[in-house]
Order: sequence, then structure tokens, then C-alpha cells
Amino acid sequence: MSKKTLTIALMDPPYESENLTTAFRILDVAARRGYNINVFAYEGASGLAFARQTPHPNPVHGKDVAEENHPTTKDQVSALLAEAEKNGGKVDWVNCGMCVDERGVNEFVPGTRRGSPADFHAFVEASDNVLVIPTK
Amino acid sequence: MAKKTLNIVESAYRAVMEEQDDTILWVLAAMAGAGADHTVVLRGNAVSYAVAGQGGPGLTVGEWKQTQAPKMDRDVLDLIEKRKIPVYVIAEDLADRGIEQSELVPGVEMLSRTALAGLFANYAVVNHW
Repeated sequence: MSKKTLTIALMDPPYESENLTTAFRILDVAARRGYNINVFAYEGASGLAFARQTPHPNPVHGKDVAEENHPTTKDQVSALLAEAEKNGGKVDWVNCGMCVDERGVNEFVPGTRRGSPADFHAFVEASDNVLVIPTK
Repeated sequence: MAKKTLNIVESAYRAVMEEQDDTILWVLAAMAGAGADHTVVLRGNAVSYAVAGQGGPGLTVGEWKQTQAPKMDRDVLDLIEKRKIPVYVIAEDLADRGIEQSELVPGVEMLSRTALAGLFANYAVVNHW
């Protein structure tokens, strides 16, 4: 059986919904199965791979930086790329170029790239299935 | 003296995994530390925040693992016990979801939908989150 290719389009920004947690759960399973994964990070989701995200302490929780171990989506993106590679798959993570310019987040973790809606179109044409997780 | 503020929290489980808490309960706790005088009413889906014993495993992506997954009952208890913030839940919203009062963390007070409006007069500010 040929290797499956899955495309997911994301729209939510980090830290504002549960949609991305659901998306990362799906992406994690796909990476563990060695699928080829395409991600089009559109609108707010273009900040997911922003390289300058920084974990912080949480005084309300009474925890320092290490204790809080605050998630950053850039680490989740990097872990996804590594997991896919380990299992023989690959991830083509595209950050919408105009979206990152608007938001000043044009610095990405290694392995992700700048792109455009044309990339999303190409992803759709080449995929076995496509899932759009829209923002609301 | 701080303005007495009633906070009606209705949005629930939004970004709690990424933030490791609810952003509204968090900001109210932080403001209490700055001297704010808050009361919280949990309504709609947010009544579930007061159910004791909840919480799941953190997110895992490949080798990356979340170690401090949110526990909303813990955060509600923190408001009541540590911050001294009164927390109410709307009784009908609990009943709609099949949740018994005995399932809630201690210290949560029950409030009916019809009594909520009457509470407004006791506060200088009412915030609906």
C-alpha cells in the first residue's frame, strides 16, 4: 500500500482555542504512522512555528519557568517534524507569507517554510485527504 | 477601595491545554493579587469547571510531552480558598448537564438563573466573559 498523504489547514492562533490541541493530536498520530503530512498554517496559525516564542513562569500557579514548563507551539511543531522523520514520513509545514508579515512572525523553526495559497492548492491536489480546521 | 466586580464566566475549556489554565480564571486570580474585589459566577458549559476530580493527560507530540496539564477544579478551589473569591454556579446549568451538587469542589455556592439578575445590583461592575 502506498504511503498516505494528509493535508491539514489550520487557522487558529496559538493560545486561543482548543482546535490546535485537537489538530496536534491528529498530526501526532499521522506522524507516528509515517504518513506524509502537509500543513498550511493560515491567518493566526501562521504564528504556531514562530521561533521566538518563549516559555514563562506562572506566578498565579506559584511556579517558576521550569516548574510551569509552559508549552510553546514551536516546540510541538519541531517535535512533529522529528517524529515524522523518525517514522519515514515527512512534513511540509507552510506558513502563509502575508499572514506572517501582518503579524511580524516571519521567523520560523527549522524545517518549516514561507508559502502562499498556491502551496495549499498544490497540497490539496496531491493529498489522499484534506482536513480544514477553521477558526470561529 | 476596589470596585466590587461580578464576573460571569460562560466560555469554557477554550485554550486551557495550551495555557495550562483558563485565561479568565487566571486573570481574575492575578487581579485579586493586585487588590481587585471579584466574585465569579460559572454558567453554561463553565459550570463543569467546578466538578471535582477532572483532568486528563497532557498533550503528546512525538517526543514532546506536556507535564503540567490543566486541572480546572484545582483552579476553582484556588479562587475560593487562596484568593477568597466567592464562586457561584448556576443550578439549572448544572442540572441540564446531569451534574449533581455533590460532585462539585467544596465551597462553591449555588445560584438560580432567576436570582442572577438580582445579584447585579450588589456590584459596581458586571463582566460577562
